[in-house]
Amino acid sequence: MKVEENETKAGLDVEAIRRDFPILARTVGDHPLVYLDSAATSQKPNQVIEAEAEFYRRHNANAHRGIHMLGEEATEAYEGARATVARFLGAPSAETIVFTRGVTESMNLVAQGWGRTFLSEGDEVLITEMEHHSNIVPWQMTAAVTGCTLRYIPLTDDGQLDLSGLGSLLTERTKILSVTGMSNALGTITPLRQLADAAHAVGAVIAVDAAQLAPHVAIDVQALDVDLLGFSGHKMLGPTASGGLYGKAEVLDAMTPMLGGGEMIHEVFHDHSTYKPAPWKFEGGTMPLAQQVGLGAAIEYLEGLGMDAIRAHEEEITRYALDRLLDAGATVYGPKDASIRGGAVSFWFKDIHPHDLATILNEQGVAIRAGHHCAQLAMRRYGVPATARASFYVYNTLDEVDALVEALAGAETIFG
Amino acid sequence: MALDDIYKEVILDHYKNPRNKRELPGAELQCHANNPLCGDEITVFAHVDGGSVAEVTFEGAGCSISQSSASMMTEAVTGRPVPDALKLAADFRSMMAGETEPSEDEFGDLIALKGVVQYPIRIKCAVLAWDVLQDALTGDGDASGAQPHTVA
Repeated sequence: MKVEENETKAGLDVEAIRRDFPILARTVGDHPLVYLDSAATSQKPNQVIEAEAEFYRRHNANAHRGIHMLGEEATEAYEGARATVARFLGAPSAETIVFTRGVTESMNLVAQGWGRTFLSEGDEVLITEMEHHSNIVPWQMTAAVTGCTLRYIPLTDDGQLDLSGLGSLLTERTKILSVTGMSNALGTITPLRQLADAAHAVGAVIAVDAAQLAPHVAIDVQALDVDLLGFSGHKMLGPTASGGLYGKAEVLDAMTPMLGGGEMIHEVFHDHSTYKPAPWKFEGGTMPLAQQVGLGAAIEYLEGLGMDAIRAHEEEITRYALDRLLDAGATVYGPKDASIRGGAVSFWFKDIHPHDLATILNEQGVAIRAGHHCAQLAMRRYGVPATARASFYVYNTLDEVDALVEALAGAETIFG
Repeated sequence: MALDDIYKEVILDHYKNPRNKRELPGAELQCHANNPLCGDEITVFAHVDGGSVAEVTFEGAGCSISQSSASMMTEAVTGRPVPDALKLAADFRSMMAGETEPSEDEFGDLIALKGVVQYPIRIKCAVLAWDVLQDALTGDGDASGAQPHTVA
């Protein structure tokens, strides 16, 4: 690969970055692995793998429990990761960060812990048609219990939120607006500050699914003025089962825990229990300690690269990929302007079913996702059962976009 | 593992020129299933006469494996007594599970789908039409295996 000649101009040393990710040295048959599925889960650098292993090798004990050296070290490492997350998101304090096992748990915590406390019949929850199922199904479950009504912001033909009717959707009946920051199926970046202001103007709370946004774009939760924001560590170079939920202190204080059990309580009596303050009241049971410590290392790695440089690098790759895919005759779903979208690019190519395409591309070493991307409402909106999706991250190169497009040509030979 | 094993000519031929792909007016047996994961969708129509499968057609959309398997299935079971057709469905599933080596005599063109066994995630694409056929012939209704749970 001619990495030097065919590199983005964002200031990321991608060759050096790639050396940190041992898995990228793998081959698929005779072909180098071209990993274009980071929107599903990102690969992990040695720094993260080492941080997790080092926790187990030297510091492993349960956090907040052991009155011994290892217990204190484990607690310090775990709470240190919480402070790192808070810094990364621009949160005012570590106590505004609840650790969860990822966005799915975060959004369930919002729908249950906030939703079941504050919602009742006549209240409305507003979400959008581009949501991942993890920001739809929890609300349907909450609606079934509370009797509240679920409403949807529709989408424009080019894959953006259609905010033209927002005035009639977001009303005094709306108690919470829960919205993605970046669509995993369409790549669309949503106008969070505008939505936060609109929600607050009617007295509603705004929750954000930042599973796709947090890995790729600098977030400042205070500048965005969002009330709750969930993210997944495994999509941002961290271990699986790491992640969290940011919440404004007064919002977290008012929420009810979802999991009762060990370590989330203050005192237990026969007929009731009292809870610890947030965020610990939400962390029942032994948490994925080594994984959250690994997340801290992942964030330090991302901060070392610089989120603005990461965004510039991905914007350039996405722009190049959009150009090449459209040139090759692919139909792209979602915005065609790389400046208003992220690097998850959904497409159909020459009527070849995405599953066939993914199988054929895999033979060339190119790993893409094929399916509905847990966003069936968005798929239905655009009249497709599934799409092929290529997604990019810090370690991807323009050469890899070329490999994708060349592999597509091979698929056309088989199905042509 | 090679693409030739999965995208054999006979599979691509059935995909591009599906046999018996139409509704069957007056069919007394009909069953539908889909695989929401990839959007494969199959409806099977069957007309049984004197204990035999007199005519089978299908309608649907999806990947080459699901659609070619459905097309080959309609050719393979037409004219067979219902128990024979059900046995072929069971044998086909067993081949796709890698449990039995298929006999060319029994399978004909269907043997081309054997290569899909090397692609575990695609096996359900190949089996979908056969599940629907079985449910149509045994009157089991929804073949999707989904556990519908309606909320909100």
